[in-house]
Amino acid sequence: MAMDDVQVKDGVDAETVDAVIALSGAYKYGWNTEIEMEYAPKGLSEDIVRLISSKNEEPKWMLEWRLAAYRRWLELKEPDWAMVEYPKIDFQDQYYYARPKSMEEKPKSLDDVDPKLLETYKKLGIPLKEQALLAGVEAPEGERRVAVDAVFDSVSLGTTFQAELLQAGVIFCSISEAIREHPDLVKRYLGTVVPVSDNYYATLNSAVFSDGSFVYIPPGVRCPMELSTYFRINAENTGQFERTLIIADKEAYVSYLEGCTAPQRDVAQLHAAVVELVLLDDAEIKYSTVQNWYPGDENGKGGIYNFVTKRADCRGDRSKVMWTQVETGSAVTWKYPSCVLRGDDSQGEFYSIAIANNMQQADTGTKMVHLGKNTKSRIVSKGISAGKAQNTYRGLVSMHPKAKNSRNYTQCDSLLIGDKCGAHTVPYIEVKNNSSRVEHEATTSKVDDDQLFYCRSRGMGEEDAVALVVNGFCKEVLQALPMEFAMEAQALVAISLEGSVG
Amino acid sequence: MLEIKNLQVQLEEEDKQILKGVDLSLEAGKVHAIMGPNGSGKSTLSYVLSGKGGYEVTAGSAHLEGNDILSMEPEERAAAGLFLAFQYPVEIPGVGNMTFLRTAVNSQRKLRGEPEMSAGEFLKVVRAKAKDLKIDAEMLKRPVNVGFSGGEKKRNEILQMAMLEPKMCILDETDSGLDVDAMKLVAQGVNALRDGKRTFLVITHYQRLLDHIKPDVVHIMAAGRIIKSGGPELALQVENNGYSDLLEGSA
Repeated sequence: MAMDDVQVKDGVDAETVDAVIALSGAYKYGWNTEIEMEYAPKGLSEDIVRLISSKNEEPKWMLEWRLAAYRRWLELKEPDWAMVEYPKIDFQDQYYYARPKSMEEKPKSLDDVDPKLLETYKKLGIPLKEQALLAGVEAPEGERRVAVDAVFDSVSLGTTFQAELLQAGVIFCSISEAIREHPDLVKRYLGTVVPVSDNYYATLNSAVFSDGSFVYIPPGVRCPMELSTYFRINAENTGQFERTLIIADKEAYVSYLEGCTAPQRDVAQLHAAVVELVLLDDAEIKYSTVQNWYPGDENGKGGIYNFVTKRADCRGDRSKVMWTQVETGSAVTWKYPSCVLRGDDSQGEFYSIAIANNMQQADTGTKMVHLGKNTKSRIVSKGISAGKAQNTYRGLVSMHPKAKNSRNYTQCDSLLIGDKCGAHTVPYIEVKNNSSRVEHEATTSKVDDDQLFYCRSRGMGEEDAVALVVNGFCKEVLQALPMEFAMEAQALVAISLEGSVG
Repeated sequence: MLEIKNLQVQLEEEDKQILKGVDLSLEAGKVHAIMGPNGSGKSTLSYVLSGKGGYEVTAGSAHLEGNDILSMEPEERAAAGLFLAFQYPVEIPGVGNMTFLRTAVNSQRKLRGEPEMSAGEFLKVVRAKAKDLKIDAEMLKRPVNVGFSGGEKKRNEILQMAMLEPKMCILDETDSGLDVDAMKLVAQGVNALRDGKRTFLVITHYQRLLDHIKPDVVHIMAAGRIIKSGGPELALQVENNGYSDLLEGSA
């Protein structure tokens, strides 16, 4: 089969190794912020759901929605089809709400937020000061500004550039704020992409989500800057359940970035998010994730269990969505960002790098559901396994009867480092019309000793050599990321694989 | 420059001795050639000197400017000034040739405690050197050796050598698979690096490369040993009579 239109650009990786060299040490974000927290009582019950709703000062309809989800969840069974193994989660042994005490009274702006919390984000390298970026003195040429929503455990601390975005008609705020301030939009779209009943974790999320981000781009507006949300889990024994809803109205465009980290802890923590994207006619959304939750130690102790439901609904004609993900963290990853290509001529793309090292397990991929005519999708997945890790690509391409003349191209490559890890590819393909075309290519390779020796004989250290070879393997996906993230992602690839050779 | 004494090497995986006591002494600034029939151990010698895995040194030593290179990691040997132009240059998909070169140059500088070469300076130098080897901008952008012709791969090796400026260059059958024009170009590239200090060890089957890169000393290797050394006339003798007389003489 021909790789007819895979485009490979040059130059993005020019700084790869500088970045690699500049960074060293294992998980860099494993420290924790000592801060006084307020917790909801441990465990899950209707009372907890009511408590979360009241903490967020929600209207009654929202509470009813949550309660319906909770009742539904009680009847569901935890799915076990993924190629991941972990001890059974005790859902009563978790905190479902944790908020810094200082956030009890909502700060009017980020300036009023506890300096300790702001310090946390500074340490993570997340800019929460508008002027710092506006000044642009040190910013490299062409660097774009990024608006940030900072979510800490169960609450959003604040969102930058809100006023400026509003001038363009763009609403960017926490989901709790949106429920209070923009109930009509939320009511209209929440749960329409990922229904409450979708799956075990999505249903759980619907009941207990505490915060997350909300974006609305009005018709014809190209969002003037990149938007991003930075999720930080800090509290112990606490799950993070965030909910993100992004609506791109007709002819709107937005590029959205998501980052996540957590402290190094011996006990595994749960993260179950739901992300819903809605695209109307001619809208376009680029959604990029760099997932770097704490992966657990080399013996598999601790780490985040990451059960995430992400879906885009291209309900408008000619709409286009692009998911790009770099999954380096988490002890267990269960995540399939999907595209429902409902509008005619709509397009979905999925670019993924999933790295599993040590005892990490990743079961990730995508679903491309073609419903409209002339719809197109592309999947480029790069799975890298090292240590004793297991990495599974699981993907569905479904061409429905009405999706005439639709096309899919899937490229699924696995790279193995060492001989104790595993790579698995599980494609599901359903075609129910005879005018559509589906292409699937899959390769599995090993990091070759000859490649490493070649690099080393030119002066590169062993780990730099691995990083270079692996970054080359991932290049097509790295290039799909926004510039700011591409650099970070390249460095992450190197760090995640430390200790994987020798 | 390079002193090899009684070097004995076997494969790690099986009990098979390949080098059975090699002695070589290369003075700075000289070009030595090693010729020999297939399987005589020429390539193994180049791999062992540059630190490839899979070989076990059972006896002997190799010193570069007095430093014991056999105890160093491959990257340390490179930083110390050793360079091997591969017989079969390795492909690295997705890694731009330029990125690879710059990473190599700066990795060596870092190991030697020198400041890195800036992007601007690097670009200037690489363009000039690439031009001499008729390597165009497009070839610099392509992934390392991927889809390169035989001639392009070998020219690329010489470009790396020119950029890394090693003290001791080992060329492992750089002429294999090259037509006459490509060989001349490669030889020109090598000759341009001869500056009276840099030392070369040229491994080849054929005299023809030595018409272009004139050796000071020619060694004949067979069955894991140097069986004869002499001047350039030794290469001509091989060209005319083959290895058989020499092999009989040594047996």
